[in-house]
Amino acid sequence: MSIEVLILTIITIVGISTPILLAGLGELVVEKAGVLNLGVEGMMLIGAIAGFATTVITGSPWLGMIGAAAAGALAALLFGFLVLALNSNQVATGLALTIFGTGLSSLIGLSFQGRIVAPFGSIFPPALSRDPFLKVLFGYSPIVYFALIMVVLVTWFLKSTRGGLILRAVGENDLSAHSIGYSVVGVRYAAIAFGGAMAGIGGAYFSLVITPMWAERMTAGRGWIALALVVFASWRAPRLLVGAYFFGLLMWLELYAKGGGLNGLPIIPAIPSQFWAAMPYLMTVVVLALISVRDRAGSNAPACLGKPFLTSN
Amino acid sequence: MAILTRRNFIQAAGAAAALPMLGSRAFAQDKLKVGFVFLGPIGDYGWTWAHNKGREAMQTALGDKIESVYVENVAEDASAIPVIRDLANQGCKLIFTTSYGYMDQTIQVAGEFPDVKFEHCTGFKLADNVSVYNSRFHEGRAVLGTISGMMSKSGTLGYLGSYKVPEVVLGVNSFPLAAQKKNPAATLKVVFIDSWFDPPKEAAATETLLNLGADIVTTHTDSPAPLQSLEQRGLHGFGQGADMSSFAPNAHLTAIEDIWGPHYTRRAQAVLDGTWKSSNIWEGMVDGTVVISPYSAAVPADVVAEADKIKAGYMDGSFDIFTGPIYDTEGKLKVEDGKTLTLDELAVMDWFVKGVETAA
Repeated sequence: MSIEVLILTIITIVGISTPILLAGLGELVVEKAGVLNLGVEGMMLIGAIAGFATTVITGSPWLGMIGAAAAGALAALLFGFLVLALNSNQVATGLALTIFGTGLSSLIGLSFQGRIVAPFGSIFPPALSRDPFLKVLFGYSPIVYFALIMVVLVTWFLKSTRGGLILRAVGENDLSAHSIGYSVVGVRYAAIAFGGAMAGIGGAYFSLVITPMWAERMTAGRGWIALALVVFASWRAPRLLVGAYFFGLLMWLELYAKGGGLNGLPIIPAIPSQFWAAMPYLMTVVVLALISVRDRAGSNAPACLGKPFLTSN
Repeated sequence: MAILTRRNFIQAAGAAAALPMLGSRAFAQDKLKVGFVFLGPIGDYGWTWAHNKGREAMQTALGDKIESVYVENVAEDASAIPVIRDLANQGCKLIFTTSYGYMDQTIQVAGEFPDVKFEHCTGFKLADNVSVYNSRFHEGRAVLGTISGMMSKSGTLGYLGSYKVPEVVLGVNSFPLAAQKKNPAATLKVVFIDSWFDPPKEAAATETLLNLGADIVTTHTDSPAPLQSLEQRGLHGFGQGADMSSFAPNAHLTAIEDIWGPHYTRRAQAVLDGTWKSSNIWEGMVDGTVVISPYSAAVPADVVAEADKIKAGYMDGSFDIFTGPIYDTEGKLKVEDGKTLTLDELAVMDWFVKGVETAA
């Protein structure tokens, strides 16, 4: 593989990884606050159509991304109302959000079928973004850098700020956090909205960056991979970054192997392609097993994850 | 978890699609009700979109004599059975199942409803009340191969496949055979993505083909995503199932369009007339089922002339891409000089021709 091809390959892998990184980062914060939102796929689809529709109407992909974030957050708040105000089952409500998001995005998308927008590509001058070597640094959509910045911000927020400490407290022991005066429900609403906004931007990455068009169900299950990614990263943002690119590498390897790219190697071509497709999930299981072996006290999962907050108990 | 949810969703969608029909049964007695089972969303701008256009054309042509219903996003697994059965229970007397993966499900449900006619697209299993129909896409693929053989600078072509089933294998073979007539050294990289419709994966696979050295890519999946990747890389490719030039004005050289309307109209009319018979219908360019979209300005005049020769050859029957000598990837002679593969042989083709490189 020549250096030019290696650079193009890196760009491909970053493209595959960025949407699951965005959505996974949002879900990580939600789960850190003790809420399990399985509606990532639905929120991504809502973000994808909202971002696309906003861009078609306004002509600005920046506004499109803001629209996607707002729509994702709004969908997430609907979920939040059900699980926080009405204490509905989080797993069932999350699945319902996915089904709802799939249907709603298809419905809204009816008026946007066949439309296209300019791809939301690099904002650097062509001397940098088109250069065969420098484009490995400058050839990406602004959203790729945004995702990286968000990893740093989320890591910092969770680790080093008072707000992050409160959020983690709410996720680890909601009753204690409540008893010392923090608004458990308020923190969870904020986390859920943030998760929805990030999933929305991740979804819009499909409809504005990878393929600047709207197609029903265009996220094709990436929301589920984002959910697996959070577990794979054992709820740590820096590990989520590594995990997202690692999952991207695996997804690329599947395609590369199928195209005969590994045919020179002795064993690999004999591996069925379905094996590669299952790898992200398989790796998540392996990591879960490793975590429980290493850390007998339990995994890094927030203690209140998925449990309703009932003060009357 | 994803599969479970999707299945549940499809069943729910199937049930939801069924609900509004109940009300219309009372006044629908005298009309022929035609049901369609669709693989993707009708907005995929590819395979399912084309079938739905065919359904609309049939509806326009036959007007009040028929009514049609469809169910989208039906998975190619056991969950298709209740969907097909529902359509029959709702009074559909003619049901089109429009993807290869519904073959056994169609045969099974057809056994339960002997008075309902079924037509399965791209399969090969027949019954007294089950026809199969297909389109000779590989004829169009030979036109695209001719263009690619002349326009590729690297001599390495790319093919984005879905599943390794005969209908896809035929295209994978037709394309390089035609290209090699123009550039004997042309080779073809093939990636099967194990999906008909997955835009991000289609885009990533297209980029991978380009990174493997291909400079022109044709696709047998259902979305315009690959063309958009080609557009961003400044390279060329072809639309699949429909004219996709609006999605990638520079990358799109031409497209293979599937025109199903005439077939659907004829078969519905046959049921109305009582002349419907179980048959194996495999139509091509000469029947108007396979249509090549207008060439883009990027296709030079001499290439257009050669591509049109292939088209003309299929129209008057003087050309067939599967005429020997044809060698397989091992260099073994599979089709002798002067012999041509029959449609029956094509329907079960499971080997690749010389120059095809894939791991699958």
